[in-house]
Amino acid sequence: MGALAQTLEAPTQAPTLEPISPPAHKPVTGKRKKWRPVKDQSKFEAQLDPGFAAEIAEEVEDGELLHQCIQCGTCSSVCPVSAYMDLTPRRLIAMTRAGARDDVLHSMTPWVCVSCYACTVECPKRIPITEIMHAMRRISLREKTYPRRFTTPVMTKEFVDMIEDRGRSTESWISMKLYLKTNPGLLLKNAKLATRLFRQGRIGVKRASIRHRKDLRTLLKAVSS
Amino acid sequence: MSSQAVSTRYTYFPGCSADGVGRAFTESLYAVFEHLGYGLDELEDWNCCGATAWPSVDQDQAHALSARNLAIAEDHQPGADPVDVLASCTGCYRALLKAQEALGTAGPTQVKLGRALAAIGLDSEGRARVRHPVDILLNEIGLDRIRDAVVRPLTGVKVASYYGCQLIRPFSTFDDQYDPTSMDRLVEAVGAEPVDWPLKTRCCGGSCYCGGPVIGAMPEATMQLSYALLREAAKRDADVIVTICPLCQFNLEGFQDRMSKRFGHPMDMSSGFVTQLMGIAMGIDERQLGIHRLLRWRLPVAPAPEPAAVGAAAAEGGDDA
Repeated sequence: MGALAQTLEAPTQAPTLEPISPPAHKPVTGKRKKWRPVKDQSKFEAQLDPGFAAEIAEEVEDGELLHQCIQCGTCSSVCPVSAYMDLTPRRLIAMTRAGARDDVLHSMTPWVCVSCYACTVECPKRIPITEIMHAMRRISLREKTYPRRFTTPVMTKEFVDMIEDRGRSTESWISMKLYLKTNPGLLLKNAKLATRLFRQGRIGVKRASIRHRKDLRTLLKAVSS
Repeated sequence: MSSQAVSTRYTYFPGCSADGVGRAFTESLYAVFEHLGYGLDELEDWNCCGATAWPSVDQDQAHALSARNLAIAEDHQPGADPVDVLASCTGCYRALLKAQEALGTAGPTQVKLGRALAAIGLDSEGRARVRHPVDILLNEIGLDRIRDAVVRPLTGVKVASYYGCQLIRPFSTFDDQYDPTSMDRLVEAVGAEPVDWPLKTRCCGGSCYCGGPVIGAMPEATMQLSYALLREAAKRDADVIVTICPLCQFNLEGFQDRMSKRFGHPMDMSSGFVTQLMGIAMGIDERQLGIHRLLRWRLPVAPAPEPAAVGAAAAEGGDDA
């Protein structure tokens, strides 16, 4: 009783409330680019597609493990580029299971993924997250929901076109095409480095090619028919 | 020196990057294998493995591309089982491994691939086995043979081995997934000192995806990631970073000037391929190893391979540490 009364006693001295000062602002050197966030997030249940998770699971080997996600966030924490994603991998999986099809397919995340498989290895539920990212890319390319001006979808298309045509990729050509389509300024910025590499014989102007180019086209047609 | 000449020859799949910007890797691999008494034959009319770009468009087509390479390798060695196909670039290694798995697992994909290969007059019996040159150096050629070939031990050179993403992920065939040591063992065998480096499997940046030296994809991310790797290596007193991926190697050496400007910290870290380091210890001509194709390469070892000079350099290296 006495102890309680003591604690309830009014403090002899009013506590001094110091305003919490915000941490000193550190200016970030250089320009920091903001990634475009998902603009129109699904707000109503009617906008959701309950079959989306099953659709993704079918595209990927062991994809049905997706349903077992425990939302631990390990994938997002080990991902080297999650800081640059608009939706972290953990969120992406949750949204997939919720059926937020539009948001997921419009997201930058699958295109920011660098396919390093860190998430796949660390996932306690062994969900093939990287392969799921690839599946999302496939669907968003098919349905043309990919971010148009972003480099990786452009790069993917250029790369695939080049291989379909010649069978091998030539780094100088593919870089050049990518720069012209996305950020021509980089052509100038990288000119010095490119000249050095050219002098060292590491990049060339000649496009590499295989001998049986027709075979390759037949092969690709035969496998998708 | 390898006194007993072994006439083992391997089929070698260079891939677009190890044939282009990472040309030095292919050159040094040929030189080192030859020096050890093994031979490499370039796979005839190989095509691109599809990298990670093709699975983003069509998974079956990606498998078919790699399957063609494996089928050609089998076609050229009719009796052999297994046919070892060496893929140096880690991206190619992973893509070919996946195709090997698809070809060897009964299912609709296997049927599709078989039909597609038949359309161009090839077939795969599943004899091809994809392997990485590091695996061959370690487990087939062996550290003893490598140690015997060293004429100029790189005593005192501190080396950070960088394994990159796809050599050991998503599954590993010959090394530990979390703490790989295969390259460290090779480095040790040639007399250098491997540095304990926790970032050895962390991603180096955008190039992993791009299939080319395209810092344009996500410049900021690439810079941040490689910067972390380089700073950590420098902090641990590494003289050089060695790797086995043409894209990682370029990514680590190519943008150090820009990083110095961007982060306000002078960067100067040599970066090369593990086979180049081994070649130098074996006394192979630097030109043959493609050292002239590197942007930064400085080893704290005297140029002449005389034992006295090596000793002096080693003492110098010791002082630095």
